[in-house]
Amino acid sequence: MDKLISPADAVNLIRSGDRLLVGGFGLSGTPRSLIDKLAERDVRDLTVISNNLGTVGQGLGKLLAARQIKKVIGSYFTTNRDVVQAWERGELEIELVPQGTFVEAIRAAGAGIGGFYTKTAVGTLLAEGKEHRVIGGETYVFQEPIGGDVALIKAWKADTLGNLVYYKAANNFNQVMATAARITIAEVDEIVEAGALKPEEIQTPHVYVDYVVLGEYVKVGGRYVARPGNA
Amino acid sequence: MLNPRTPERERIAKRIARELRDGDVVNLGIGIPSMIMDFAGDKKVFFQSENGILGVGPTPPEEEADYDLVGASRNPVTLTPGASLFDSCASFAMIRGGHIDLAVLGALEVDETGEIANWAAPGASILGVGGSMDLVAGARRIIVAMLHQAKNGKPKLVRHLNCPTSGVKRADMVVTEKAVFVVRDRKLILAEIDPGITVDELRAVTEANFDVSPRLAPYTN
Repeated sequence: MDKLISPADAVNLIRSGDRLLVGGFGLSGTPRSLIDKLAERDVRDLTVISNNLGTVGQGLGKLLAARQIKKVIGSYFTTNRDVVQAWERGELEIELVPQGTFVEAIRAAGAGIGGFYTKTAVGTLLAEGKEHRVIGGETYVFQEPIGGDVALIKAWKADTLGNLVYYKAANNFNQVMATAARITIAEVDEIVEAGALKPEEIQTPHVYVDYVVLGEYVKVGGRYVARPGNA
Repeated sequence: MLNPRTPERERIAKRIARELRDGDVVNLGIGIPSMIMDFAGDKKVFFQSENGILGVGPTPPEEEADYDLVGASRNPVTLTPGASLFDSCASFAMIRGGHIDLAVLGALEVDETGEIANWAAPGASILGVGGSMDLVAGARRIIVAMLHQAKNGKPKLVRHLNCPTSGVKRADMVVTEKAVFVVRDRKLILAEIDPGITVDELRAVTEANFDVSPRLAPYTN
């Protein structure tokens, strides 16, 4: 399979200063093997585009602990106390975007759309300084697209062409993020032959996927644990 | 504990459960709203979770929990027959596009016009908004579930918001453990009151001005 590389090789594609899209809602749907490897590298000043920053010391929490993140764009950072503390110390810049606006801005970036107007956040602090427009008698606020250099996403299965399917609610931001970066790297639990996934079940067509890595975590009792031999 | 099951909080959840109508698509916020599912009885409602589920079912026993099937508070959930799973983009298109019949939200404050503040305390670090503003802007009907007063006794129904607003769209109903208010033409109207207190006693713990419905009813579960 041409697109299959190791997690270690995959993170070599990431440079200091890159804008990095990372999937996941909490830790569900988070490409943890890729993040683990990135946390071992001397890659800094990243702008991370992710709904949240994992939990303390897990998922993107590892990159934060290693001080590799300069700025984060997302919707919810209050549940990881490390994030709050880093922000209070002035070590982390945070751009807060309502969750629906955030995900639609990523969709826009991936779909070649130069932004959109939304009613969400009109009249709030998060709309301050942004362009407003009245459409059909209602006020909307403009949101620019949010794209990046590299997307790290987590899917359930890939076929050998890079077509992807997601597991239950672990899809979340992954499907849209796969479309919005120059390079998309998908971490998966399983790789099957092309043709083994039904065409109508494929959620991310292979055109969006540049590289596939086999994850180093396996699901045991409803949670991911390190794959034996990779602990 | 994040969600203590006090009688006051359960009372609010039970009262709002009575507002559910067969066929409703309902998004429940975290905190008190998340308890409403337990009181929905045999009503045929469809619970939506913003991370991409329509048809959320009850909490599974821990040994059956799958942490890739979670609700908005990252709590393990189950799926009901006919449930569907989709990505965050589709989920928020559903919310923003007016396809959610009812959103039940917790709040820090509601002002006397029904404007909601439910994402940030004044002066505190503004680091989390989640889907709250999308729900305020997009849900067809909004019910606020909150205790009548903050821990320090300050009224949560205020004249003017002290906390930053969540949007310009108003709540349709506010349910506390003491009273039920409906919002009509940007005015709070007291519709139901705890039979143990008088309207004057309620006013003493409510900063917001409110009218009293001519059909004021006792607040019972």
